[in-house]
Formats: sequence, structure tokens, C-alpha cells
Amino acid sequence: MSDHEYVPKSKFGKWFNDRLPLLTLASHLTDYPTPKNLNYWWTFGGILSFCLIIQIVTGLTLAMHYIAHADLAFESVEHIMRDVNYGWLIRYVHANGASMFFLAVYIHIFRSLFYGSYKSPREIIWIIGIIIYLLMMAAAFMGYVLPWGQMSFWGATVITNLFSAIPLVGEGIVNWLWGGYSVDNPTLTRFFTLHYLIPFLILGLVVLHIWALHIPGNNNPVGIDVKKPSKDTVPFHPYIVIKDAFALLMFMIVFAFFVFYSPNILGHADNYIEANPMVTPAHIVPEWYLLPFYAILRSVPDKLMGVVAMLSAILILAALPWLDTSKIRSAVFRPLYKQFYWILLADVLILGYVGAMPAEGLYLLIARVATAYYFIHFLMILPILGFKEKTIPLPLSITEPVLGGFPNAAIVKKRENLD
Amino acid sequence: MKNIFKISYLIILLLAGTSQVTAAEKVELLKTDWSFKGLFGKFDRGSLQRGYQVYTEVCASCHSMKYVSYRNLFEPGGPEFSEDQAKAIAANFEVTDGPNSDGEMFTRPAKLSDKFVMPFANVKAAQAANGGAYPPDMSVLAKARSGGVDYIYSVLLGYEDPPSGVTLEDGVYYNKYMYGNNIKMSEPLSDGLVEYSDGTIASKEQMAKDVTTFLMWTAEPHLEARHKMGFKAILYLIILTVLVYFSMKKIWSGIESEV
Repeated sequence: MSDHEYVPKSKFGKWFNDRLPLLTLASHLTDYPTPKNLNYWWTFGGILSFCLIIQIVTGLTLAMHYIAHADLAFESVEHIMRDVNYGWLIRYVHANGASMFFLAVYIHIFRSLFYGSYKSPREIIWIIGIIIYLLMMAAAFMGYVLPWGQMSFWGATVITNLFSAIPLVGEGIVNWLWGGYSVDNPTLTRFFTLHYLIPFLILGLVVLHIWALHIPGNNNPVGIDVKKPSKDTVPFHPYIVIKDAFALLMFMIVFAFFVFYSPNILGHADNYIEANPMVTPAHIVPEWYLLPFYAILRSVPDKLMGVVAMLSAILILAALPWLDTSKIRSAVFRPLYKQFYWILLADVLILGYVGAMPAEGLYLLIARVATAYYFIHFLMILPILGFKEKTIPLPLSITEPVLGGFPNAAIVKKRENLD
Repeated sequence: MKNIFKISYLIILLLAGTSQVTAAEKVELLKTDWSFKGLFGKFDRGSLQRGYQVYTEVCASCHSMKYVSYRNLFEPGGPEFSEDQAKAIAANFEVTDGPNSDGEMFTRPAKLSDKFVMPFANVKAAQAANGGAYPPDMSVLAKARSGGVDYIYSVLLGYEDPPSGVTLEDGVYYNKYMYGNNIKMSEPLSDGLVEYSDGTIASKEQMAKDVTTFLMWTAEPHLEARHKMGFKAILYLIILTVLVYFSMKKIWSGIESEV
């Protein structure tokens, strides 16, 4: 929200802008004052926009050649891989793009957790983000079903069967979802339709996410409010644009390594076997980005409670702005929270690891402890920490710590004495 | 800048970690050097052509390859037979076509545009002829088994007598590397089973390596194009990243902040 009113220079521009203020919007996006101390963890927003666009463009192209039919889907994917010009490239970008999308979104979420970006006045941005994340999981899951390989089929069977845990109506809901009495052609066609729809819902939500962001402006590593515009901020263009471009290029190099040199490493070999309802794979595992939630699901002995736990694990995030009672945003000034943050990160990685392992013996025990800790972190540690923790005094402006990267303890001390 | 290294390091660590989780192996697979691995990996043409020979003389009597066409045999990046050779290969097979103008189905020699002719009419027929086990289609087999080419190579060479105490049913064989150690395919390869026209000695290992190379190509017919393009794409990205880095430094030089 720049203070000065934008006036187009040309007469036509003025005429047009009075009727549809697109030029004002462009000017706002160009001038948008951004804290100048943002670090590289802040570049993942731009990277995520890139991921979404890539998925939509490659997805549209794939949809031109893909056939959503239980008897033809697997073959049509092979047709794309073999006979469509650069079909292999488009499909590998799309398949690995999903993984890269999740990689970026996890970094984005954990950046937000570290710097308290979800706190007032940014709760709505955060909640929209959680909805986007949920839709991403739905889109990714349904996308994985489309090649109609063994893991597609059995993954779909396992996940849709979760709804049968709902008392009384569960079975009915599952049959309704399937469009029959097992995962079959009707399931495939509706998954394809929804897989096509969801990215555009995400796109709309991304617009809202950015709109909501542009009201208070970006949080920053110090986590204090900055005056906008001021000497603490830089205009979005060219400063942030070039920095985001640099980070995006680094990201694309990693992306390219996967696409060109190990395009199948993140997938499961069984998905190159055509779906066969008569043969169950030895281990049914979801894609890596869903593993932590899969571990939570399996760590509860009761099916219904397992589903409830898994859903709660995601939905609890939406309540985070109120569960975290601390007024201090950045973990830099919260010595205790910082420790718990790293423990939580380790906890989620452990959950991801045990999610890929068979649910038995030591793995199951670890999964249970890690699941319990996940909930304890959000439901007990965070609310209490806000009251108990002795935080480090905040600097008055971001210019103070910006030179050293981290707040200079001596300066902070001196200011404390002055106060 | 330090942060970027930290980020990239974390990304690679994370992805490497997750990929290892899924590739948990029990038995150490046999290893051989594959020419198609690595940044500049290419297929060995001779090996592909020999591999095709092994496939067609040994495997093809049971295993179909329904996604591969005869024309693929002369296309760049594959065995690269000449077009005439590929035509001659196709002409050895009979396909059912039709209906013709009289409404009759008829058979004709296969053309380049035809898919590899299948040994059995359907899965049921294949099972009936193979003691109930369906010999899997080989088009994408090299990608459809965890362990990939190393696994296939190992299974081909992994036949041994069952350890004492293990009794096998009729028509079941013991294989050190096969999942569950039981396999319904009898040992397919033996020394000198085929006669290579290029003079290569057809040892069991040689044939296993050749046919596995061939299977990698049928699973990834554009592997060479992918490697070639990957090198160019990544080189381009690295150069562009360096240029953008210095542009960024220049743009931010007036700002009292680190990038």
C-alpha cells in the first residue's frame, strides 16, 4: 500500500485505469515496500508460485494426451513417455514438480514457524496457506492415482477406505466416493476431474494469500513491524525480484537434476506395473511428502481415531496463531522456543522416516512417541511457553541488527540500559 | 551467500534421505558397469543390438513387450539398426489386421509401425501356458522393480540350488535375488545359448548384461536425449545463476543490507 496515488502518464492509460485500475495494481506490485532484511528463506513464496505455474502448464499439456480410463490410462502414460514429442520431459517435470512443490512448501511453512509469520496481524494469510496446503495434498494424491499403476490403485484404495471409519455412514460415503464397490473406472475419471480443478482453486487462493499479505506487508527475520515505506524497506522491484530470481534459479538447478538424472528416484517402482485389483503390493506407501501424516495415522491402533489424529495434525495448524501465546514473533528472540522449534522439525522428519517403514516393533513405538510429541508441541508447549519464556529484548528497528545478520547483543544491551 | 549453501545442503540431505528410505534392499545386488549411468551416460549400441537378439531368441517366447514398436529399433538413441534391418525384423512376425473390405480379419507381416507382437493372445493364455504365472510385460520392467537394472541382472544370474531344508514345488525355482527367492521361470540363460553375429562370446554374464541394457532402453527410450538435454539445461542454469547473482549484487550495492 504505497501512500502516493498512482497516476498513469498516457491519456489512454488514465482512461483505462479509471475504469479498471490494473495499472494501479501493477504499480503497487512494483513499489510494494519489502523489509530489506529478508533472508533466503523468504524466497520460497516466489518459488512456490513458479511451482504452481509449472504444474498447471505441464499438467494441461499432459491432459491433452492422457486418457482417463481404467483400461487405457497406463498405456496413455507410456504413449506420452515414448511417442509424444518431449512427452518424457513434460511428464518428468510434472511428476518431480509435485515433489519440488512440496519441498518448497515445507520450507515455506517451517520458515513461517521459525519467524512467527502466522501471528497477528497475519492470521488470515496463514489460514489461507493451510487451506492451500490441504488442497495441494488432495491434488497430489489424486494425481498419483492417474497413471493407474499398482501404487496408484492401492494407494487410492487405502486412502479412500479411511472414510469407512466414520460411524454409520462410512461405508456409504466410501461407495459414493468410488462410484461403485471398489476403486475402478468411475473413481479414476472423477479423480482426474478433481485433479484438473484443484490447481485452479489453489491459484485463486494464492491470489488471496498474496492480497492478504500485502495488507500488513511481509514479516521479517527480526519479527518487528517496519514502517512502510521507510529506510527499512526496499521496493519489490528490482530488489526482491532479482533476489527471488536468483533463489529460483538455484532451486531450478536442483529441480533439473531430478528431472534429467534421477526422474524416478522419488517415485515407487511398483507404479510402473499396471494396476491389478487381484494383486496387492507388499508395502503400500504414499509419496514421501505425505509420510509424516501416514505415520500418525498408523500409530493409533483404532482406525477412526487414527483418521481423527491424522486430520487433527493438519487442522491444528490452522489454530496455531492462537495456540502460540507469545507476542514475540521471531524465534531469534525466543531462546526456548528456538530449541522446541528444532525438536519439532526433527520430530516431523522422524515421523516421515517411520511412515516409510513397516508399522511394527520399534518403528511403531517411535511413531507413537513422535505423534504424541507433535500434539504436545502445539497443544501444551506453545501455549505455556508464551507465558513462561524469558525473551531477548527486541531491537527498535531492523536496521540495527541488519548489518550483522543477527541482533547485536551489545547494542541490545546498551539500549536496555538507556531505557 | 552462506545461507544459500545451507539451504541447498539441507534440500539435498532431505531428498537423499527420503529416497534411501524407499530403496531399502535386503540382499546385496550384483553390480556391473552400465554405460548409460552418469551425466553423460549413453547406451552401448552393440550391447543393445545383442540384447535385442537375446530378448527375441530367449525371452520373447513368453514375455511380451507391448509398448515398443518395430520402428523404435532404428530410431536414434536405441539399438539403431538400419531401417531396412528393422523392416526385415518386423516382417518376421505375423499380425492380425482387418476387417478388410469383405469384413474378414486377415494376417499380414508386421510393419515398422506395429507394436512388438505378443507371444500370447492375452494374460489368461499366458498364465495357462506358464503354470499359472504371468510372465510380466517387459516394456517398462527395468523401472518397475526396485533395484532396477541391477535387480534384473542379478535375478538372471541368481539361480542356484535351494539351500538344504528348502523344498520347492514343481515348476518353481530357487533364485538368490528374487523377492521371496521363489521364481516360476526356469533359468533362462546358459553359456553359448545364442550366437552373437559380432563375435562377442555369449557367456551368461554377457547375455544378462546385454539383455538388461536392452530392457533399460525399452523402459527409457529417450534416456540419451534426456541426459544430453539435462547437461545443456543445467549448464545454462548455472551460467544464468552466476549472471543473476552479480546483477543482484550490483542492484543491492546501494542498500545497506546483505544479500
